[in-house]
Amino acid sequence: MIRHLLSAADLDAQTATGILDTAAELASLSGREVKKLPTLRGRTVVNLFYEDSTRTRMSFEAAAKRLSADVINFSARGSSVSKGESLKDTALTLQAMGADAVIVRHWASGAPHRLASWIDGHVINAGDGTHEHPTQALLDAYTMRERLGCLAGLQVAIVGDVLHSRVAGSNVRLLAALGARVTLVGPPTLIPLGITQALGGDLRTSYDLDAVLPDTDVVMMLRVQRERMTKAFFPSPREYARAYGLDGARMRRLPEHAIIMHPGPMNRGMEIAPEVADSARSTVVEQVTNGVSVRMAVLYLLLGGSAK
Amino acid sequence: MPYHASGGSIPGAPSQSDSQRVTPPFGQVTAGKAILTPADVARVVDRIAHQILEKTSGAVDAVLLGIPTRGVPLARRLAARIHAFEGVDVPVGVLDITLYRDDLRLRGARAIGHTEVPASGLDARRVILVDDVLFSGRTARAALDALQDLGRPKAVQLAVLVDRGHRELPIRADYVGKNIPTSLDESVRVLVAETDGADGVVLYGERS
Repeated sequence: MIRHLLSAADLDAQTATGILDTAAELASLSGREVKKLPTLRGRTVVNLFYEDSTRTRMSFEAAAKRLSADVINFSARGSSVSKGESLKDTALTLQAMGADAVIVRHWASGAPHRLASWIDGHVINAGDGTHEHPTQALLDAYTMRERLGCLAGLQVAIVGDVLHSRVAGSNVRLLAALGARVTLVGPPTLIPLGITQALGGDLRTSYDLDAVLPDTDVVMMLRVQRERMTKAFFPSPREYARAYGLDGARMRRLPEHAIIMHPGPMNRGMEIAPEVADSARSTVVEQVTNGVSVRMAVLYLLLGGSAK
Repeated sequence: MPYHASGGSIPGAPSQSDSQRVTPPFGQVTAGKAILTPADVARVVDRIAHQILEKTSGAVDAVLLGIPTRGVPLARRLAARIHAFEGVDVPVGVLDITLYRDDLRLRGARAIGHTEVPASGLDARRVILVDDVLFSGRTARAALDALQDLGRPKAVQLAVLVDRGHRELPIRADYVGKNIPTSLDESVRVLVAETDGADGVVLYGERS
């Protein structure tokens, strides 16, 4: 097993499948009366969040607590970060407190990599800038596998703001390792030029959502990230929704078995219509449930066996 | 101090839960001494099945829980023999104890097995844990912890095919197939047809 989980690119097919299989076993616990396991008793897990997050932080916290780890939550707001403390000094503080694992979310791409070089504990990337969000990709892969049986050969369309999306970044890398075929769909301003050459493999791009839908097994809608948009990438929200939003009519163009995913939080009416988000094909809520199991698996495999 | 398994497995000699930590290094395991033949194993299983019927007054409220890997086929066989002798259907389940082990930090995270609780549940049942070898007692300890999170049995008993001694915890088995006095340098392997092709118990190590 790898030491840190910084990028989905660190995961080969075997490691990733191992995480998904472990998550599947751990998922059966959620049906038990006693959901807690003693596995990580006495270990300290720090949630180091420099960006706002609801589901990822809660998901990691629930995962760590179900494995009996002690959880310390740190959010940049209301901490000494607002007094100007650097990431390195915060890292050294955590090190001194004896954190066994640090789950980090940071607005700067690459921050978890720097962090990993400063501390002895395990570092898990919970989203860095516009770079990666590997546990999201793992829970997405888990959801696809659970709904559709296997990942190899699946046609996956990732639709929307690919440029700013770390979810897309991690999914493209992980799905390539697991043998799914990804098509990135979005307006030309939000699909990085040369991304197919840069990431290689089977990756394709398209600017036409309607043309892609009929041959798609999984549609993953990305959130339009206004907080990261400093320029105008499309003329108006209405025009974006008309060209790239998934509404009822578009949903009906999908094959019968196709599923619709969204990492959340959703902009209802923007990239996804309420009718679609609440349909039986939408896996939004399942993704949250699966997130806890997948993060438990990651924590167990990283921390469970390490003699520190 | 016995050497810990360094992750290498021995070809032809299947790994086995409790005695894995004294796995001799490569090359040393050429000749093992057969302690039980397939016919012996069948006889021992029959005897344990009879003892269970006797000690649990007909096994009406019993549940057999096999501890992976080889405890599982043994539990199934015990249930089949009990059925053959008295026509009682004893529910069989699987109890994976990986997440409850006390040596995870020493040995590295391992793949988690599947736990399967029979539909009858465990509450107010007489649960019989089934494993292949009883050694340090740590597996049984972990199984007791795991059981606690799954329900509240009326009583818990332990059945093992082989007791090789060297307990590190105050644990004893209720049903023992065969007591095999061993030294710590030796290792005992239980083979079952379901996973190993044939039944048997083999002793490997220094003295053989």
